[in-house]
Amino acid sequence: MTPTPRPSPDLTRETDPAVRFDAVGLRYGRGPEILSDLSFDLPSGSFHFLTGPSGAGKSSLLRLIYRDRQPSRGLISLFGRDTALMPREDLPGLRRRIGVVFQDFRLLGHLSVFDNVALPLRVAGQARASYADDVADLLAWVGLGERLHALPASLSGGEQQRAAIARAVISRPDLLIADEPTGNVDPAMAHRLLRLFVELNRLGTTVLIASHDITLVRSLNAPVLELAEGRLVSKPKAA
Amino acid sequence: MSTQDKPRRTAPLLPPDHARDRPLFAVAAILVFLASLAALGAAGAWRASDGWTAQLAGELTVQLIAVDGRDADADAYLAAQQIARLPGVISADARSRADAEALLRPWLGPAGLPDDLPVPRLIAVRIDPENPPAPGAIETLLSDEPYEVAVDDHARWEAAVQQAAGAVRYFALALMGVLVLAAGAVITFAARASLAARWDVAEALHLVGAPDRYVTGIFQRRFFFLGLKAGLAGAVLAVGAGLALAEAGGAAGQAFFLPGLDIGWSAAAIPPVAALASALIAAGTARLAVGAELKARWP
Repeated sequence: MTPTPRPSPDLTRETDPAVRFDAVGLRYGRGPEILSDLSFDLPSGSFHFLTGPSGAGKSSLLRLIYRDRQPSRGLISLFGRDTALMPREDLPGLRRRIGVVFQDFRLLGHLSVFDNVALPLRVAGQARASYADDVADLLAWVGLGERLHALPASLSGGEQQRAAIARAVISRPDLLIADEPTGNVDPAMAHRLLRLFVELNRLGTTVLIASHDITLVRSLNAPVLELAEGRLVSKPKAA
Repeated sequence: MSTQDKPRRTAPLLPPDHARDRPLFAVAAILVFLASLAALGAAGAWRASDGWTAQLAGELTVQLIAVDGRDADADAYLAAQQIARLPGVISADARSRADAEALLRPWLGPAGLPDDLPVPRLIAVRIDPENPPAPGAIETLLSDEPYEVAVDDHARWEAAVQQAAGAVRYFALALMGVLVLAAGAVITFAARASLAARWDVAEALHLVGAPDRYVTGIFQRRFFFLGLKAGLAGAVLAVGAGLALAEAGGAAGQAFFLPGLDIGWSAAAIPPVAALASALIAAGTARLAVGAELKARWP
């Protein structure tokens, strides 16, 4: 794959962070707050890790970013726009700028690996001929070049994870968020996938990786947001 | 990676779900079958009513009360000749005592009527419905004759027939309306069940940036074609059943004086119209149901 830099979208000013949280809290229903007083910025083009023990709220924080949930309080802005004020019809366009690697992969069982990875491009209205080579090349790069026709159920956990990562990055998003993206792969493949994220970041994509793998986090000299019991206990001074 | 290795066809985003589609197909086909039969009934009642009222409006019956000592059959024959000359009368046919006995035979049996029983004679008068004879013209014409006459212009029958036909028509239309509502409710339920079963598809599409109309469009297409096939099957079966009923009803009608179901050529339009209507209802209700679910999940 030979990604090319994308021009900045019109609505994003250079000074706007890709993600801004300001005193954000989240509760499900009438339950207790599971995220409290989160305030941080992810500058455009930055690379961050999000760490914390299981149950700290990492996945919930990511869900707020890709707007699967709305905060109970506080303000979240993406690419300079307050997500609470965005009209509903603008949200698909926003989501197309965000690549998400889910912890549970969320591959569609009836689609081949190729069709799963091509899904964001298909939804964006691109013709199959225009993306077929890119999809095949990317799948070859993540080691699935021989499994294009395979259904997800026939893949190992690690292979499914790589397919999910390929789907998240195929459209070269402005923001990539990944929830434990190397949890099911061996160290060599984890290192290879990390290189993919770094390469995307070098081309301008803002990257946030949630992981509790300290070895992975320490392998890069990237700033870290640390969550504990729903609160940020450390964040980089620049963020 | 060679181009030959890549999948050439784009897989459908919503996989076939025969286990769920078959019962829905059957229910939708049955609803369309009943709605089409109701439509056939309404159309048949409409045409029959028109026919019956036209027939009643074009006829009069003159009853000639027999007088002792006179030849009632001859009186009826002469009266018919006089009536036939009136403006607006097309023809007038006198029925003899033998004709009257023949009409009464199904009720009174082959023994016939006692000879001394005075039997009124009937004169069947065909008139021009557009230019009928003046009211009272027949009574005036025969007022000097030694017998009495009673003219029946069938007005009360015509009103009753029109009232009965109207009731049948509107009942059939109301039945169609109820069946359409039932079809909409069933398909809404099925669309929600289908979405619940394939929520993974809706969620994956939503999260990669598909607008609601993209997601609803997939379900809408599925239900459009399901409705089209079910509608066509139900309507074709209904027309077949209608033709069989018309055939059976025609034979029974001849035997028992019952009105038959009149299936016109317009029945041929029912399958395509019903199939299209069924497809549009299915697609529309699926779109609304899925759209509402998406808005509820991601406000």
